[in-house]
Amino acid sequence: MSKKTLANQAAIVGIGATEFSKDSGRSEMQLAVECVTMALADAGIDPSEVDGLCTYTMDHNPEIEVHRLIGAKELTFFSRVHYGGGAACAPIHQAAMAIATGIADVVVCYRAMNERSNYRFGTGMQDTLPDPTFETAHYGWYIPHGLISPASWVAMSARRYMHETGATSEDFGRVSVASRDFAATNPAAFFYDKPITLEEHQNSRWIVDPLRLLDCCQESDGGVAIVLTSPERARDLKQKPVIVRGAAQGACDDQQMMTSYYRKEMSRLPEMGLVAKQLYQQSGITPEDIQTAVIYDHFTPFVLPQLEEFGFCDRGEAKDFVRDGHHARGGRLPINTHGGQLGEAYIHGLNGVAEAVRQVRGTSVNQVNNVEHALVTAGTGVPTSGLILGVDV
Amino acid sequence: MSEAKRARVPRRPRPGINRDNSFFWEGLKEDKLLIQRCQTCGELRHPPGPMCPHCHSLEWDTLKACGRGTIYSYVNLHHPAVPPFANPNPIGLIELEEGTRLVAGLLDIEADEVRIGQPVEVVFYREQEDDDHAIALFRVTDKSAEAA
Ligand SMILES: [Zn+2]
Repeated sequence: MSKKTLANQAAIVGIGATEFSKDSGRSEMQLAVECVTMALADAGIDPSEVDGLCTYTMDHNPEIEVHRLIGAKELTFFSRVHYGGGAACAPIHQAAMAIATGIADVVVCYRAMNERSNYRFGTGMQDTLPDPTFETAHYGWYIPHGLISPASWVAMSARRYMHETGATSEDFGRVSVASRDFAATNPAAFFYDKPITLEEHQNSRWIVDPLRLLDCCQESDGGVAIVLTSPERARDLKQKPVIVRGAAQGACDDQQMMTSYYRKEMSRLPEMGLVAKQLYQQSGITPEDIQTAVIYDHFTPFVLPQLEEFGFCDRGEAKDFVRDGHHARGGRLPINTHGGQLGEAYIHGLNGVAEAVRQVRGTSVNQVNNVEHALVTAGTGVPTSGLILGVDV
Repeated sequence: MSEAKRARVPRRPRPGINRDNSFFWEGLKEDKLLIQRCQTCGELRHPPGPMCPHCHSLEWDTLKACGRGTIYSYVNLHHPAVPPFANPNPIGLIELEEGTRLVAGLLDIEADEVRIGQPVEVVFYREQEDDDHAIALFRVTDKSAEAA
């Protein structure tokens, strides 16, 4: 086996974020350059030094325009990773590879969107498809039947998961309640000081049965940026370095965009299992070595099989994990301590990367004790990605 | 119906039809539910594509499905309410007797009566009688059946 590894080749040295709202009142490019320069200031790196920029699809801020506006000079690495929220950790993965191979020294990963005020993914696809490429023709298997929204595509998988494991709507609710509990004590969260009860979850209206309103993440305006450089340089900068112990992408057999309905087993997330396998292999750690995690929560049901794929519990037993409160404040693995995308904001997962950085630095408003490693996952039901971040040792 | 009047009737979104999937939509026009079949190894596949993932053959034909299957999963869509769909709108993931699965709207059943395991049969559905386009919906044939 090759001795080459991505582990410990790059460090996160800066994070920046705008406020999270339902209407930012300014352009997406303004959000982008605000959060990028905030992250660079957090790191103590001058914007002119940025030579790498990386985002992921559904962001509309071109790398070269961000580069031009922050006054940087020479861009040697730029990329935009496909599959939206599934790529939430992928820019970090790409940045680490670029830094490890000497392609770039200072890479900024960013996501800035007026998702709520400009787009609203939740309204679904309603138009005739204009251009039947192989990729767009995919939706033709669903939209003529009214299966038109991200919630509906996830709900189909969630129902089968419930059937096979015995998980219930209340179990999904337990994920939501714990996230809103963390959001309630996070002043940056949109739902700051607004906790919910399981009863309120159960009384919230159906969006796509078996998904209720409080199973669905917010729609948000805002921007987040993450700065990476080498661990050597990181040790001379302002912040405590956060080391990338593992970074990975994953897509698996018969992978579809949100609708992997055709596999023999439909209630698992093999692409997330593939990410987990790589992350544990790179980092050399086990689930017991992870103190907190950001588990992608566009919709609550997919949080459960992610816990299983990462080995925090056995197959089909995530329902027991959340019934025991292991995922909540004070539990064995507090997840989404920023409030998640249910409670803080839906910035397509990059705000979760920022929270994992704060947990490793020891600066989260909902700090978990003695964090050595934090896990971050990206969008589920789609080709995905993940990270293990750790303290510098 | 005049073109102007037709334009005012909310229509279901239409699929994007291309060289890789047109056989499926052409089949529905003739009341046939077709499954792509590898001519080299015989594997069935849906959604269709130009290469067999099992043997890499580019040669394929189709199998006419018997039209019967069971509900493998389902949802009831409440929001967003989009005409002309029923609200709530029950939509199934159908496992055909031949083994492949496909998504289809469910007919003749209330949303709260749908269960995994119920048997279904295909209905070739046209929004207007003279439509040159059809989709495959499914009717639940035994509401009392449920998966073990
Ligand atoms: Zn074949």
